[in-house]
Amino acid sequence: MLDLLWRDRTLTLLRNTVLLTAIVTTASVLISLPFAWLVQRTDLPGRRFWGIAGVLPLAIPSYVGGYAIIAALGPRGMLQGWLEPFGVERLPEIYGLTGASITLTALIYPYVLITLNAALRGIDPAYEEAARSMGYGPWRTFLFVDIPLLRPAIAAGGLLVALYTIGEFGAVSLLRFDTFTRAIYTQYTNAFDRSLAAGLALLLISLTVIVLIVEAITRGRARYYRVSAGGGRPVARLELGRWTAPALGFCALVVLLSLVMPLGVIVYWLARGLSAGEPLRLVWDAAWQSFYVSGLAALVAIVVAVPIAVLAVRFPGRMSATVERASYAGYALPGIVVALSLVFFGANYAPWIYRTIGMLVLAYTVRFLPQAVGTVRTSLLQISPRVEEAARSLGYSGPRTWLWITAPLARKGLLSGAALVFLTVIKELPATLLLRPIGFDTLATRIWGAASEGFWARAAAPALILIAVSAFAMIFIEGVGREREG
Amino acid sequence: MDVRRFSRRRLLKYSLAGSSALLAPWLLAACGDDDDDEDAGAEADPEADPEADPEADPEADPEADPESTEELEPGSLIVYSGRSEELVGPLIERFRDETGIDVQVQYAGTAELAATLLEEGGNTPADLFFAQDAGALGAVAAEGMFVELPPEILDRVPERFSSREGLWVGLSGRARVVVYNRETVSESDLPASILDFTDSEWSGRLGWAPTNGSFQAFVTALRVLEGDDVARDWLEGIQANDAAAYSGNTQVVQAVIDGEVDAGFVNHYYLYRFEEEAGGEVAAANYWYRDGGPGALINVAGAGVIDGAEHQDEALQLLEYMLSDDGQRYFADETFEYPLASGIDADPRLAPLDEIETPDLDLSDLDDLDGTLQLLTDVGLI
Repeated sequence: MLDLLWRDRTLTLLRNTVLLTAIVTTASVLISLPFAWLVQRTDLPGRRFWGIAGVLPLAIPSYVGGYAIIAALGPRGMLQGWLEPFGVERLPEIYGLTGASITLTALIYPYVLITLNAALRGIDPAYEEAARSMGYGPWRTFLFVDIPLLRPAIAAGGLLVALYTIGEFGAVSLLRFDTFTRAIYTQYTNAFDRSLAAGLALLLISLTVIVLIVEAITRGRARYYRVSAGGGRPVARLELGRWTAPALGFCALVVLLSLVMPLGVIVYWLARGLSAGEPLRLVWDAAWQSFYVSGLAALVAIVVAVPIAVLAVRFPGRMSATVERASYAGYALPGIVVALSLVFFGANYAPWIYRTIGMLVLAYTVRFLPQAVGTVRTSLLQISPRVEEAARSLGYSGPRTWLWITAPLARKGLLSGAALVFLTVIKELPATLLLRPIGFDTLATRIWGAASEGFWARAAAPALILIAVSAFAMIFIEGVGREREG
Repeated sequence: MDVRRFSRRRLLKYSLAGSSALLAPWLLAACGDDDDDEDAGAEADPEADPEADPEADPEADPEADPESTEELEPGSLIVYSGRSEELVGPLIERFRDETGIDVQVQYAGTAELAATLLEEGGNTPADLFFAQDAGALGAVAAEGMFVELPPEILDRVPERFSSREGLWVGLSGRARVVVYNRETVSESDLPASILDFTDSEWSGRLGWAPTNGSFQAFVTALRVLEGDDVARDWLEGIQANDAAAYSGNTQVVQAVIDGEVDAGFVNHYYLYRFEEEAGGEVAAANYWYRDGGPGALINVAGAGVIDGAEHQDEALQLLEYMLSDDGQRYFADETFEYPLASGIDADPRLAPLDEIETPDLDLSDLDDLDGTLQLLTDVGLI
């Protein structure tokens, strides 16, 4: 067992996983920072549209996105087809680190974007106004005021991306890049060898711990809420002027690569299938079930995340830090590891909940709780404890303060957290496949059922519905979040 | 302060809208039905929203087909199917229509379901495990989770396609083939034996799927027939030819059609799915080795009945149905696999089963997956 783990290949896996995680995380932050700033702080035309389009790639399952990117950018993919008249016989290999990094970044950078959007909305405009009045230009304000203020959000979003990358399987296997998670899946699915898989999973957990420590160091002890009184008011948006075109170009490029291209490939599959006589199957029952179970999971995750985040922010200490970090355990583990351990637990010790929706929601909560904890925590950091103290001194009880003072103030964080969990759960596969009630179909299981057998045309319709349902949910959440802005 | 400007009514409105959306199916289910006995309400978290009652079995959906999503009744036959609904759903539907037996199917990957069965052990709700390769059936059989099947069922299929101990039965056959690109390769260019693909003329032109179960069954056959050394040499030789490793057979066939690689080692039926989806011929063709060597291996999709299952009789009836002429014709026409029970012809595009001299080994011999994985691990393929 130890011999098996202690071999060159384990080192290769370790190096690959670390490399991929570092690249995807950095790239996601570099894309999301300007994107979020343009949408939240400037007069960018169509910023509401960009705000939603920018986070939608999260709704594309990685096993579909990965295949779509290969179909589009592969050595003999669609792009090569268009370039063929110009004598391009073959595009450079997309497989390996390059392709895996591009694909994963394109699909999961919105984790950072969503966190940043919430944080930017929560920053007291007084900071920026003060900086501007002291003669800082917009650039210097962004660099020296906003970015430091956004540090917890960048760390929280980056952490979500990093840990997601560590536990990701669909895209890395399609793009043929060897990571720990791919090796763990191989052990489970080929050898039924649960001991080696468990050994690798333990190594993966230690990697997660290291990432968490790095994140803890970047957190520091700074305060992010405003100290004095001040009115909440809309920020003054910066006029882009002649920078409008480049800014639009940047947003368009990001959306083109991460959303339009995969969508285009899916639509192409659908059209090709329809023209070959495939019936169009609109799986509304599966769509409703997806929406329902994802909504439920988002709700439960937020309800569970709030006490953890409150503990971590209001009562910092070793204990609360441990509780918060422990919630990350299920997140970086490959889905199949969590799913099979819950199968074992449910079938043998909790038959009353096994194969019910409750079990499924439990699995989602275990896997994706950190997404809710991270965003809720970030938004709580922006609320001064003085506000709560004031409410308490006026006779509000603790829970009442929380419900009517803190929760409304933190609602952007709560909603962003719910959005993250919703978008992640709706496409989740390993736990859904193994733990769903028998006969319970979701869009994700439909897509998988068709795509795993190579029936791309049949996978296309549910994939499009999945993206549409997610868009609908995002617009709803966005609507609530914007309530106060004109 | 923000608090002043915050509109409670607005928040209330949205949370009402949200929670009623989530509550709707529960209410509908409660009104329309009276057998909601199963209490899934206990959440991971006791303070979870009281309104978030996860009692949402599929029947709660007013639009769902009442037949296919009915709540689990005590009388339902439960099948774990490692074959996807796209492939076998219609067949199971027909069985349900003809016999009136209610079947509930859990679809997932074959290996994942085998692992699930092993984790569930004696507490599994499953009655029947329908797998797409003999290896997974072997793993479950090795844990003693299958009952011995009656001779009426085993006798329908040639011995070489079932478990030696009669613990599982093959239902349809899947041949290993070489898929090649018609434009860059002609059939006469292909080597006489699959072992000769290690020749350097194939450098940079091959695709394979080392993590795929069918491929590994082939490697096991190679080891059993020719010995571990030959198997290792072959794997290293193909590696030395820079074969592209894909995540599955589908991806290999796609790569061959696209001309990314010239040839690949796959199962025979994927090509016909691509043809079906493309509505005609594609740029690739299959080549069958028929020489009795490891290249001529035919694996099976098969099934076993769970020991201690509640609905063994119904499970056996389903097996009988799948082995009936109707069932076997379904595999021939819809999944392009080989019917294994006698009397039904395979798709005309396939090399006839009786022309293929399969290697002289029992599929049960292929259960030494550990040795194969060790080998694949040693040469650094998985």
